[in-house]
Amino acid sequence: MKFTWFNLMPWPYLPDDFRHKYRSVWVDIPSTLYDPAKGHALYNTYLDELEYAETLGYDGIGVNEHHANAYGLMPSPNIMAAALARRTSKAALVVLGNSIALYNPPIRVAEEFAMLDVISGGRLLAGFPVGTSMDTNYCYGDIPGLTRERYKEAHDLIMKAWREQEPFAWNGRYTKLRYANCWPKPIQSPPPIFIPGGGSLETYDFCLDYDYVYCYLSFSGYKRAKQLMDGYWQRVRERGKDDSPYRAGFAQTIIVAESDAEAERDYREHVDYFYNRCLHVYPGFADAPGYRTIKTLKANVTAQMTRRAVGDVTNMSWDQLVHDGYVIAGSPDTVVGQMRELIHGLRVGNIFCLIHIGNMPKDKCMRSTKLFAEEVMPRLRDEWPDHKRDDRFWIHPLASHAERPAAAAVGV
Amino acid sequence: MQSHMVDIAGRHQVEVHQGGHGRDLLFMHGAGGVFPNDPFLARLERDFRVTVPLLPGFGASDSAEPLRTMLDFTLFGFDCWEALGLDDPIVVGHSMGGMIAAEMAAVSNMAVHRLVLINAAGLWLDEQPVEDLFAKLPFELPELLFHDPGKHAGILSPDGDLDDPEFLTEFMVMNSRRLSTAGKILFPIPERGLSERLYRIRARTQILWGRNDRLIAPVYGERFAAQIENAELTIVDQAGHMLPYEQPDAVLAAIARLHN
Repeated sequence: MKFTWFNLMPWPYLPDDFRHKYRSVWVDIPSTLYDPAKGHALYNTYLDELEYAETLGYDGIGVNEHHANAYGLMPSPNIMAAALARRTSKAALVVLGNSIALYNPPIRVAEEFAMLDVISGGRLLAGFPVGTSMDTNYCYGDIPGLTRERYKEAHDLIMKAWREQEPFAWNGRYTKLRYANCWPKPIQSPPPIFIPGGGSLETYDFCLDYDYVYCYLSFSGYKRAKQLMDGYWQRVRERGKDDSPYRAGFAQTIIVAESDAEAERDYREHVDYFYNRCLHVYPGFADAPGYRTIKTLKANVTAQMTRRAVGDVTNMSWDQLVHDGYVIAGSPDTVVGQMRELIHGLRVGNIFCLIHIGNMPKDKCMRSTKLFAEEVMPRLRDEWPDHKRDDRFWIHPLASHAERPAAAAVGV
Repeated sequence: MQSHMVDIAGRHQVEVHQGGHGRDLLFMHGAGGVFPNDPFLARLERDFRVTVPLLPGFGASDSAEPLRTMLDFTLFGFDCWEALGLDDPIVVGHSMGGMIAAEMAAVSNMAVHRLVLINAAGLWLDEQPVEDLFAKLPFELPELLFHDPGKHAGILSPDGDLDDPEFLTEFMVMNSRRLSTAGKILFPIPERGLSERLYRIRARTQILWGRNDRLIAPVYGERFAAQIENAELTIVDQAGHMLPYEQPDAVLAAIARLHN
């Protein structure tokens, strides 16, 4: 199993009446709710937590990209990954990822990812999301009906730029480069590539065409993910691909405490903050027309688009969130049991551990992070003994790299 | 009004509504498309031979190669004109269709002689932004589009209720197909440089605007009128963005003025 400690970097100071006063946490949230001085402390705390996760033996540390979003303060994940590259030495830098359709020209992604891979000694794990409709269409103005075409072209350009030894001409529909020439080149050729998906057949096939890892990054937990992941594995079989669990990844909100009662006592307020405040997204921004394929759209319930649903601000309770698997929370034994259900139920070899949640302070975050690393992770390491040697989907750092000390350790 | 499928240059399978007698009139529809038993088109075809090609994603129309740019949309209009053998049609466009009609008249300024723009998209004024149609929820549309939603908005959802989740799913799928196409020229800002080409329009032009258009304010009508050489603007009372459905006679009167 590969465990990545992931930080969404939420803004923890949203007011109590946020949902009543504002229509969305994303896209049109006023920036008067942000305070750069508090933000200074916050970014550094969040980076500390990611570095701390490496010292505990997590396989990866993860960042992602969002725009105008109060639960995801990383418009540029590459800046965060660069900071982490210098302060860590073992963990994969999981950048999940760059919304490649939004970089103009997209060869910028090839260049920046190559820089990260070289600085880190080959530890980059590269994510290529299409990006949510909120980010891609509403914040960055990409035309929804053309987003997927632009995405595919950006992907082809980036991969070719990594692969080619000589400058080449790129005559794309969206990007034209007389001299496409990626300097520097990444150490890994190429870095492992992870694709976040939301259940569309096109994305299953895209991952299988290139042997990329399919990742389902939901906040609604493993029980609700079963149908989608079953669909993926069915497609894997239909395509005649091997069924290595490392072809798949899943994000899960996790809390580990000494006991189930302690988990609820110490963490419920942070879970409440995240699920009942941070996820308040105006449904008009959720799905720009044309962003999703018609087939995917048909499968989705649109009940949240009614007048009644938009006015509804009912809270989800701790009991409900834990019972329905949105959150795996409790003693190490409890968490190990549910993690096994997750791992085997969804057949995943990669877990993105969402252990920092909402407005969780650093001490509580470190406690839960440490308990997971020491009491849970070791018991789950060997869940896929038949695939122990499958290293196709993970980083391959420079052989000599293990000896290089992190900057902090040599007192720089 | 009859509907049939027309193959356009092997590229597009287009659903075309056609009916009426008299002079040819080419109607370019808005982002909502046309409606079943469309009352506005029925009114037009009493006086004209009306042709309405549906853009890809609307009705049964489809495309092997999608329309992407403003030029693609403009040429689509001319391809349909040619395939259907229209004879010097009056070109009428509503909303997004007005944007396309104006482009057609600017691009091929010796072919389009009579033009009617109704609450047309295509311009942008920072001081009076066009509302974001793409971030609206279905239940918000009647208020946005009609002067009197209670009286006319039923046309948006003749078979159901926008607050009923089941009907809504169906509506959203259709709406998504339509707006996916419309977004190519309307998202995220409904402006593709038309303003720089309006000087080319030579057609006699009538511009109509609903006084209570909450999507594209009447000041846009003034801007069109100021930039098109041979244009006359009429602001219509008791009408919103969906003027053709609220005050169809105003459109007929404007067309009549083209021939005075």
